Amino acid sequence: MAMLHTVNKSPTDRNTLESCIRLAKKGGSVLLIEDGVYGAIKGAAKAGVVGNAMSGLSFYVLGPDLKARGISEDKLIDGIKIVDYNGFVDLVTEHDTTQSWL
Amino acid sequence: MSETKRFLYVNRKAPYGTIYALESLEVVLIGAAFEQDVALAFVDDGVFQLTKGQDTTGIGVKNFSPTYKALGDYDVNKIYVEKESLEARGLTVDDLMPLKYEDEDDDWAEKDSIHVVSSQELSEIIDQSDIVLSF
Repeated sequence: MAMLHTVNKSPTDRNTLESCIRLAKKGGSVLLIEDGVYGAIKGAAKAGVVGNAMSGLSFYVLGPDLKARGISEDKLIDGIKIVDYNGFVDLVTEHDTTQSWL
Repeated sequence: MSETKRFLYVNRKAPYGTIYALESLEVVLIGAAFEQDVALAFVDDGVFQLTKGQDTTGIGVKNFSPTYKALGDYDVNKIYVEKESLEARGLTVDDLMPLKYEDEDDDWAEKDSIHVVSSQELSEIIDQSDIVLSF
């Protein structure tokens, strides 16, 4: 049972991303949306949390939310894949269930 | 005319995810009409409000970031960004919009409004403010 986890809060405002990563089962995926996309920036103090989790979880980030916030692709942690809205739908259909962390 | 007070607006929220950033900007622009001594501080996730290249066409929300560039025309030209907040978020001043103003006391020379300050310096700035408004 692979689960898709969506995170929509900034990791420097709430601990949503850290809780998601701590509790998500290996083999699942994490999609960063809305203010959650700030968790994809490399060199940030919390970037290590995502980097360490990459061996067990696949990480995605929603492109339109990145662009809205002025975060360019070259600022992303290596290995995070950018998806558009169609890609979001694909991720939902490819996983058995979705959990929206708030 | 009453005595001029030192106003400081402290911005701690990212744009778009919540309404705080836009509301703060509206209040700053309204307040600017009252000819007070106005300064803005950007700390914590508030530094994300100033990132350059914001393009909201994909999320169906108004991009209000160009409005920050108009602040100089309203004599709002003291914009303090906390260095520690930038660093914790993997950002530098080069990731921010260049905000400028024309200094009427210096032959209208164009100058930077943004000042990157340490926590210690910002602490002093807050301490010396008469009225602090938090967003």
